[in-house]
Amino acid sequence: MTGMVALYIFMLAAFTGYEVISRVPVILHTPLMSGSNFVHGIVLVGAMVALGSAHTTLEKVIGFIGVLLAAGNAVGGYVVTERMLEMFKSSGSRQTGARSGGKRAH
Amino acid sequence: MSEVLSLNALIEVSYFVTAVLFILGLKRMSSPVTARSGILWAGAGMLVATAVTFAYPGMSNYEWIIPAILIGGGFAWWRGKRVAVTDMPQMIALYNGMGGGAAAAIAAVELYRGEMQGYASSTLAVVGGIIGAVSFSGSAIAFGKLQGLIKRSVRFSGQQVLNLLLLAAALVLGGMVAFHFNASPAIVTAFFVLALILGLTMTLPIGGADMPVVISLYNALTGLAVGLEGFVLNNAAMIIAGTVVGSAGTLLTQLMAKAMNRSLGNVLFSGFGDTGAAATGTVTGSLKPIEPSDAGVMMAFAQKVIVVPGYGMAVAQAQHKIWELCQLLIDRGVTVKFAIHPVAGRMPGHMNVLLAEAGVPYDLISDLDEINAEFETADVALIIGANDVVNPVARTDKSSPIYGMPILNADKAKNVIVIKRGQGAGFSGIENGLFYLDNTRMLYGDAQKVGSELIQAIKAVG
Repeated sequence: MTGMVALYIFMLAAFTGYEVISRVPVILHTPLMSGSNFVHGIVLVGAMVALGSAHTTLEKVIGFIGVLLAAGNAVGGYVVTERMLEMFKSSGSRQTGARSGGKRAH
Repeated sequence: MSEVLSLNALIEVSYFVTAVLFILGLKRMSSPVTARSGILWAGAGMLVATAVTFAYPGMSNYEWIIPAILIGGGFAWWRGKRVAVTDMPQMIALYNGMGGGAAAAIAAVELYRGEMQGYASSTLAVVGGIIGAVSFSGSAIAFGKLQGLIKRSVRFSGQQVLNLLLLAAALVLGGMVAFHFNASPAIVTAFFVLALILGLTMTLPIGGADMPVVISLYNALTGLAVGLEGFVLNNAAMIIAGTVVGSAGTLLTQLMAKAMNRSLGNVLFSGFGDTGAAATGTVTGSLKPIEPSDAGVMMAFAQKVIVVPGYGMAVAQAQHKIWELCQLLIDRGVTVKFAIHPVAGRMPGHMNVLLAEAGVPYDLISDLDEINAEFETADVALIIGANDVVNPVARTDKSSPIYGMPILNADKAKNVIVIKRGQGAGFSGIENGLFYLDNTRMLYGDAQKVGSELIQAIKAVG
């Protein structure tokens, strides 16, 4: 990937992020923040590559910490977001879901 | 050779698919109807990317990688499943900080190794490293504050100067690392230590009320750091996902700051968030208490009731009782709506999650712009554990710290009932003019207990 292509990717991705979020109702701000928190858990991939190519013990230890943290970001982000979004229901599904804490899937 | 090439192609295509799934997933998460499926799409993308990375060319150290994933992922899974909905904001802070730390760790591995191709890579690694490290230690403080582990905001004179000096020193060291490829490990270490300290000193002075904005900001910063490290590793999935989160998170941060009527600079540098000694204000009148039985009757015979929940309701775990109460009213033919201030709860949208947990359908929930005109037609505005967000001095008193903050116009309702634990002031420490109005009645007590009493009262009406 050349520098300019990378720059184009950066620019387009930045606009994409802005556009995707720009018309979001306030009720979804917290789930969306949690969701985007999950998405940057992709750092796991980079941490795995960094650890996978580590040679010295120092590199391995730092890489290990990196993968551990990244896995926490990805898994935790997913679990919390999923729990939040699971709760959103419309009036149509009120009777069955009212007091169950929202365990029912759509 | 061709086998390696096709494997590479498979990995690249998988990363591409992951990027597409992430963007579509985020898009679906921005509507309540499709939100649930959005996280599943993004989750599938993450699984694909993680799985193919095991086959990345030149990978070794699996005996390190697999335990790290199991420990980190297992801990996060266990905590994420158990955390109460009221505590979710600090968990987001924690997981976000972990992501920032991981980005910094990638930078550290690359910088200690010192084999990067060209100044561009090493510069991006340094910038991503400092941002990731700040996000890591800063998010840890944010977690500590919201979790109640750090009670006080540490402030001293010259704090901004200290932060600037730290930043300047970190940048100088970072520059040395970036432009001399074989910078000594000691300098790399000093660089990261300074960046971590900067995150601490930046976040410690910020008050609890501003933490949501700060968490959102660090979320955007982690995204940016991940994107930058993606450039270093030449990894398109990281570049795209990180950058998308970086820009989306920045926008989200601005929306949150705007909802609180604060600028981002104000949040970061003024330290208003938890000032205890606020203006006394120009509130006149007296507080008029009411009995639950009377309040119940008032609501039972109303045409329209608007409920304004605040964080106090969530703390008392009263949302289930309140929804039970509202269902009784709905069955009597009363129109019930929930009015949510953008910053109700600990984060914008947090209150919606708490109500959703109790089973309140999202179409009964309105945000500030939708509902404010409706208060005039409401017979009762029921305020539960909310304070500053319904304080009319935000409209009238120019000297008040919350002047100009958009509020819910609960004072326009024909009657106002305020459920409140005690007579103290709100989070900002400002007296609330609403409580002293002629049409306001105070219902003191724990929101859950009061909710039960109101339910009894309405049932007694028959």
